[in-house]
Amino acid sequence: MAKKTYIKAITEGIDIALAEDPKTLVFGEDVGKNGGVFRATNGLQTKYGKDRVFSTPLAESGILGMSIGLAATGWRPVPEIQFMGFTFEAMDSIAGQMSRVRFQYNGTKNMPITIRTPYGGGTHTAELHGDDLENFFVGIPGLRVVTPSSAYDAKGLVISAIENNDPVLFLENLRLYRSVKGEVPDDKYTVPLDKANVVQEGNDITIVTYGGMVPEAVKAAKKLAKDNISAEVIDLRSLYPLDTDTIFESVKKTHHVVVVQESQKMAGVGAQVASAISEGAIMYLDAPITRVAAPNSVYPFPMAEDVWLPRAKEIEDAARQVVNY
Amino acid sequence: MMLIGFGKGCFIMANAVDFAKIKADEGAAYAKPVQILDNDGNVVNKELMANFTDDQLVDLMKKMVWERALHEQTMSFSQQGRLGFYAPTWGEEASEMGTASAFKKQDFLCPAYRDIPQLIQHGATVAQMYLWSKGHLKGNLFEARALRPQIIIGAQMVEMAGAALGIKKNGEKDAVAYAYTGEGGSSQGDTYEGMNFAGAFQAPAVFIIQNNGWAISYPSKLQTEAQTIAQKGVAAGIPGVQVDGMDVLACYEVAKEAREFAAAGNGPVLIETLTYRFGAHSSAGDDPSRYRTKEEEKPWFDKDPLIRLRKYLTKKGLWSEDEEKKYADECKDDFKKAIKEADSVEPEKVSDMLKRTFEVPTPDIKEQIKEYEAKESK
Repeated sequence: MAKKTYIKAITEGIDIALAEDPKTLVFGEDVGKNGGVFRATNGLQTKYGKDRVFSTPLAESGILGMSIGLAATGWRPVPEIQFMGFTFEAMDSIAGQMSRVRFQYNGTKNMPITIRTPYGGGTHTAELHGDDLENFFVGIPGLRVVTPSSAYDAKGLVISAIENNDPVLFLENLRLYRSVKGEVPDDKYTVPLDKANVVQEGNDITIVTYGGMVPEAVKAAKKLAKDNISAEVIDLRSLYPLDTDTIFESVKKTHHVVVVQESQKMAGVGAQVASAISEGAIMYLDAPITRVAAPNSVYPFPMAEDVWLPRAKEIEDAARQVVNY
Repeated sequence: MMLIGFGKGCFIMANAVDFAKIKADEGAAYAKPVQILDNDGNVVNKELMANFTDDQLVDLMKKMVWERALHEQTMSFSQQGRLGFYAPTWGEEASEMGTASAFKKQDFLCPAYRDIPQLIQHGATVAQMYLWSKGHLKGNLFEARALRPQIIIGAQMVEMAGAALGIKKNGEKDAVAYAYTGEGGSSQGDTYEGMNFAGAFQAPAVFIIQNNGWAISYPSKLQTEAQTIAQKGVAAGIPGVQVDGMDVLACYEVAKEAREFAAAGNGPVLIETLTYRFGAHSSAGDDPSRYRTKEEEKPWFDKDPLIRLRKYLTKKGLWSEDEEKKYADECKDDFKKAIKEADSVEPEKVSDMLKRTFEVPTPDIKEQIKEYEAKESK
């Protein structure tokens, strides 16, 4: 099997979705001829035509508002928001509109929109081009939020997202686009939208994380292994809903937990994981849950990024503290 | 002053651009409302008047009487505490019924909360709209090809642009999408984005902005420096037109032509109807006497859309005050039946709402469904 990059896997997934359902539409700023600023839709306009893969004017609320109207007239929109920081411009379309449609229509209308957007720091981009904003989105009823950390998951997860009849926010980690490569089958397969993945098994501590922090957690686990600390790494993949079954099962085995997120520590996914464990599995813990996260400042300009972002060393240190509690 | 050059040793001052003139011209080009009947019911445009049959004229009169009766009866139900939020439409009958009558069942309507009468004309029932006002999700289960009444003003404009593009991509030959907002909504970025997207994709879209003078307490003259709302189409490259929004015939005619233009593949159109909100902003305690005077209201009441068509039709022997009263009473009887129907629907359950948040409930929601089913079975 060929090794493919994370971004290539996403392109293949979108390609399959376009091929399988003629109602699938792929669009956004620079998405058409240019194939997106990161080339995630590279070649798709040539293959499927300008009617189905197209660029739009520069207006995020317009892109996502239009997606609602397209879905209401029978289409399956896959809009791209060029950078996650730009979703602020379209918050009403996401939180005020599309995620409420099924509820508003008493369960009778689908809103099969998959919003793809790159997020995550460490690439020295301009302001609002690297922010992790998933914490804002996991609290929106009616919206699924997923993010892959491997090339295999990227393809299977994007296909599942597009096939789903509810709005899905599909987060693509910028740092992983080309740094991560893996075995990706050429044919269609799916990865479930609500199942965490045990990236590596271990017995002494559970590291729960997602997206760009998964490779850091794996690095930390390798260091810990040298000292005979066996770490289990869980990639959430789905940030809403949370797969608490997989988390609890691991906690029952390891009795120690570190939760890692790239975004600011305040509220958010890591806090939700920690509170889910304290509500559902606290009796299995031998030590307090520890979180590794970015500090509660604005996402830094590139020069301070390397210090600001959590890295393997901090995960490793936190894990040692928890195990030795 | 623009300094554009030097003469032989002395300054020559000249203006390259007359900004004041450009500004005045921009407004003047659009401040030409289409009118067919004047305030007194006299025909001011015979050519356009010839487009209407007697039956059509009576039909438009009846629709306006229906809308006013709906407004009166609904406000009465609201005062009795039998309904929730409802936006009064008193004064806007020509603007709403005139434009709405120009569209067909296959067209896609994106209404805002003040556009309930148009949504009913498009196929929703009065009982459904009463359920919507009461806050029951079954209110949105109408047959009409339309989205739910939009609460976030402006959002319907981008959604409608998408519906129009969807219609185009579906290859539907005789269909358009249309949306309503007030002049207040024209300040929203989404209104521009909607017009710009529809223009860029040449989608069959008709944007109707009912300039009723007031965004709650903020008058239209303070909301924008644009002399007309119609000229806001220029920035998106789409044709804009102003129409006398108290003249139901002009509203119908302009909307019909806009629909034909858009349906023929020529791209979107913007219509500004000049109308007036005779009453409060909403049923929720707004009091216009806090921000406007009776003197300001008076000339608008003289333009009452029902008066002018009534005068015209009465002169022609096609309508009478008695007929109007009888018809309004019949309408109100229907509305009384509708509210009984709405009242008979079982109240919403939280457990049902939870079941309808996702197609397949998520694990946390499954737990909460159990919890609320237990609470609600007691």
